[in-house]
Amino acid sequence: MTAATLALDVRGLWKIFGPSGRNGANAIVGTPLAQLPPAELRRQTGCLVAVRDISFSVGRNEVFVVMGLSGSGKSTLVRCLTRLVEPTAGTVLLDGEDMGAADARRLRELRRHRFAMVFQNFGLLPHRRVIDNVAYGLEVRGTGRDERHARAREVLDLVGLTGHEDSYPDQLSGGMQQRVGLGRALAVDPEVLFFDEPFSALDPLIRRDMQNEVIRLHREVGKTMVFITHDLHEALRLGDRILIMRDGEMVQLGRPDEVVGAPADDYVRDFVADVPRSHVLTLSWVMRPAASDDPLDGPELPPDMIVRDAARLVLSASAPVRVVRHGELLGVVDSEAILRVIVAEDAGPAADEAVPSQRSSVLGR
Amino acid sequence: MTTVAVAARSSPWWRRIGRPGIVAAILLGWILLGTVLQGRDTLGLPTTDTTALHDRFTAVRDWVDSHRNSSPFFVYFVDGIRDFVGGLTGFLQDLISQASFGRPVPLVGWLGVVALATFGAYAFGNARVAVLTAAGFTSVGLMGLWQESMDTLALTLAAVLLSLVIGIPLGVYVGLSRPVERVVTPVLDAMQAMPTLVYLAPLALFFLIGPPAAVIATLIYAMPPVIRLTSLGVRQVNEASMEASRSLGATRWQILRTVQLPLAKRTIVVGINQTTMAAFSMVMIAALIAGPGLGQVVLRALSALDVGRAFTGGLGIVVLAIVLDRVTTAASERAEATYRASGGRRSENTRRWLLVGGGALTAAAVYLSASYYWASTFPGPTRGGVIGFTIDDAVNAAADWTRLNLHDVTSAITAVVSYGLINPLQALIAESPWYVVCAVVLALSWTLAGARSVIVASVCLSLLLASGLWESAMVTLTSVLVATIIVVVLGVIFGVVLARSPRIDLVVRPVLDAAQVLPAFVYLVPFVGLFGPTRLTAIIAAVVFAAPVVVKIVADGIRAVPSAAVEAGVASGSSRWQVVTKVQLPLSRQAVALAANQGLIYVLSVVVIGGLVGAGALGYLVVAGFSQSELFGKGLTAGIAIVVLGILLDRVTQAAALRAQEREHRLTGDAEHQFDVRSARLHPAPGLPARIPTGRVV
Repeated sequence: MTAATLALDVRGLWKIFGPSGRNGANAIVGTPLAQLPPAELRRQTGCLVAVRDISFSVGRNEVFVVMGLSGSGKSTLVRCLTRLVEPTAGTVLLDGEDMGAADARRLRELRRHRFAMVFQNFGLLPHRRVIDNVAYGLEVRGTGRDERHARAREVLDLVGLTGHEDSYPDQLSGGMQQRVGLGRALAVDPEVLFFDEPFSALDPLIRRDMQNEVIRLHREVGKTMVFITHDLHEALRLGDRILIMRDGEMVQLGRPDEVVGAPADDYVRDFVADVPRSHVLTLSWVMRPAASDDPLDGPELPPDMIVRDAARLVLSASAPVRVVRHGELLGVVDSEAILRVIVAEDAGPAADEAVPSQRSSVLGR
Repeated sequence: MTTVAVAARSSPWWRRIGRPGIVAAILLGWILLGTVLQGRDTLGLPTTDTTALHDRFTAVRDWVDSHRNSSPFFVYFVDGIRDFVGGLTGFLQDLISQASFGRPVPLVGWLGVVALATFGAYAFGNARVAVLTAAGFTSVGLMGLWQESMDTLALTLAAVLLSLVIGIPLGVYVGLSRPVERVVTPVLDAMQAMPTLVYLAPLALFFLIGPPAAVIATLIYAMPPVIRLTSLGVRQVNEASMEASRSLGATRWQILRTVQLPLAKRTIVVGINQTTMAAFSMVMIAALIAGPGLGQVVLRALSALDVGRAFTGGLGIVVLAIVLDRVTTAASERAEATYRASGGRRSENTRRWLLVGGGALTAAAVYLSASYYWASTFPGPTRGGVIGFTIDDAVNAAADWTRLNLHDVTSAITAVVSYGLINPLQALIAESPWYVVCAVVLALSWTLAGARSVIVASVCLSLLLASGLWESAMVTLTSVLVATIIVVVLGVIFGVVLARSPRIDLVVRPVLDAAQVLPAFVYLVPFVGLFGPTRLTAIIAAVVFAAPVVVKIVADGIRAVPSAAVEAGVASGSSRWQVVTKVQLPLSRQAVALAANQGLIYVLSVVVIGGLVGAGALGYLVVAGFSQSELFGKGLTAGIAIVVLGILLDRVTQAAALRAQEREHRLTGDAEHQFDVRSARLHPAPGLPARIPTGRVV
């Protein structure tokens, strides 16, 4: 990706909480102290590393998910991106502009126009009607009343809250409240939307609804989204790419199928152990090189097709399916390969030995 | 076994006998020494004698008096404040209570005032409190107290307006800045914990006497609640809402205006309620520095021992206090209701029409009352009103009857309390040598409250010794302790009853709430009737005044005991009595400690006012300082001694309560079971915010 297509570029980001001053949080990055394990650092300096040397970039219109358990630093990370929390070190480029260099006024400008955030506990203003909550960002910008209400009505329609303009937030259900939060973020028409665990306070069924809503909105309005979650299924459903964090550090960064198919370490492997692999893995993860005796008259499929979607065709085909990209034969997939993925879902870690370089030999063993 | 024995032997002896043992030993030593040395070195000082310190204060007063018209500090600064406050107060009095603008009557007569007050009560509160307001205002008129009530109201209004104009912005500032809070909170604590009587002498020194000085004294006492609650409201605003607002690029001012202030509104209105009630009760005390109004009526009647008049005046005070409290409470409920409970579009419409119609009627009533005599001056005789003297006479008759027929009862009570509590304690405290008392106080604070309290206690004791009023202070201390002992015993008994029976609680709590908003002053009235002007009157009035807050704290503490503990007690076969004594009371020890602490502060303020009705000691000296010019310095010193005594009692008992809390947390390790002494102390003034949720009329 070139710089022009990047919505967000993060380099060497640190956040260390603790006393400031000469020996405090600001004086750790770049010294040997920074290499210490967290517990040891805490003992020596009283400082807590929340984000440790994180770098990544997000493409325009990409849905980028940051996933980790609570305390892994993901919420701090997203707040560092918007400077709701001041990062200790590192650069954040938003559309090529250095966030760290923005003064208070410029930062407000950026917040008012360029990005918006949706919060875990909604952060609605209980004394304002729904429409005034949605219009809040515009009001803060100085947009006139009629104009901002008109825009708010549009957005309420978009998030499915038409008819609730005059309600107060505590008259709505949790899911509807978060729609208000979503609407408030959308109303300012930002380039980047940040979601801080927006659905973890909701019931599972409503959570699913809201995830679909985000997918739909992403199709309709096509924003860049940075999405924080602790829920792997949510990450896999929504993310174009997923960054997995533990103790403030990046453990793995990759597409959903990479995370499931090739976990970087035991931590990630544990995480993805329960994922239905056939729902995530693509054909490129299960194909094998065509042997000389393979009949090559079976159907053709692209390598990024999800296994589950290909299963019926592969199982009913009389010959192995050919995996083809741009006319080039990458490998073949037969019924056995498909069944292995589906059946292995119950087999546990033994089936997870795959690493990218051994991809093709996985089924050979 | 061996290790245990060794441990026991190696631990110091005071560990082994335990805290109660040490306290008992100290008290025993005190009794022994006190008996042997009784009457020696008690540092007594006859009432009219003064010390060099007192004379120096009097000299300061004389210097101030002689430079009042020459020193720029007085001419520009002090007189500037005085003129400004006086101007505002005078204007309000001209409007509703005093002949003004070349007219023989105030601008707005009774009809206009009743209409305005009723309309205001409806607009800010609801229909119920509007009816209450109309009835209340009319009844003080019928009692012949119209003008006095309007004076009181004008002074209260002036003080409340100024308190809000200064207090709300200050409270916002305190709420936004932690460092400022740390500086301001102890000042507010001091302003509120000080017995009201004490403010008056230094204020009179600078601002003379009369309405402006009365309003300034009231201002100082009434401002802390609104500052405190405004800052609390601003600080309590949900961090999520603030962060969301910040994330959308709101400036600090926008966050304050659109998030913090609207969300703090309800708490601020509660602050306005507390400030109003504090102002109202202080305006009564300010009668001592010639503040006009109902306080004057009661004060004059009390000094003439005219129980009937004092009662009628007190009744007027009670009526107005209830009206003010209910209206401001209803206003805070309305502030909350604005963004809840959508429903009732229709009732909102009706309300709008009623407001328009009521506004028109009110305007008409104000016009009438400014133009016609019948609507201007309250009907009935100027003195005594329609029923005023009737009430006076009935009460006097009742008091006479009681004195005659209940003499046995009252003298029995007097005898029991005097011989059972006051005299023995007085013998110990006031008649022991000063060094024995000092040693005992220091030893007790060391044992119960820790080393830091010993420092506070020794500073306070030194100041008391230096004041030259040691014996008076000890007599006051005796009364305070007697009243506190009684009130805590009663508080525990009634607190247990209330906590265990929701039904009784439902009935009793509104009464306690109402009792808490009345000025301390009015509690003296009935007991003067029963017991005459003695120190027992002050003690009993103090007990009654402090009882509501003590009962409520104990009841809330007992209710906060985890139900699991109570169930465990019941499940293991405890009787009701055993559950109370073995589970509920031990687990609410810190609430009882806090109740004792608050009880002390409340009791002290009434015992001091008791100086007006023959309780003697420090309170009397303060009052004498107002009336006798050459005793000014002594009165001022007595005021300071009261403050020092208050600080001593407050700090030591508070430290002891905190210690009990820490011990208890170690004991149970239970974070759920929270009855936080610090936060409960946040609101030491009468009318705790715990009262908000209960919607009811008196």
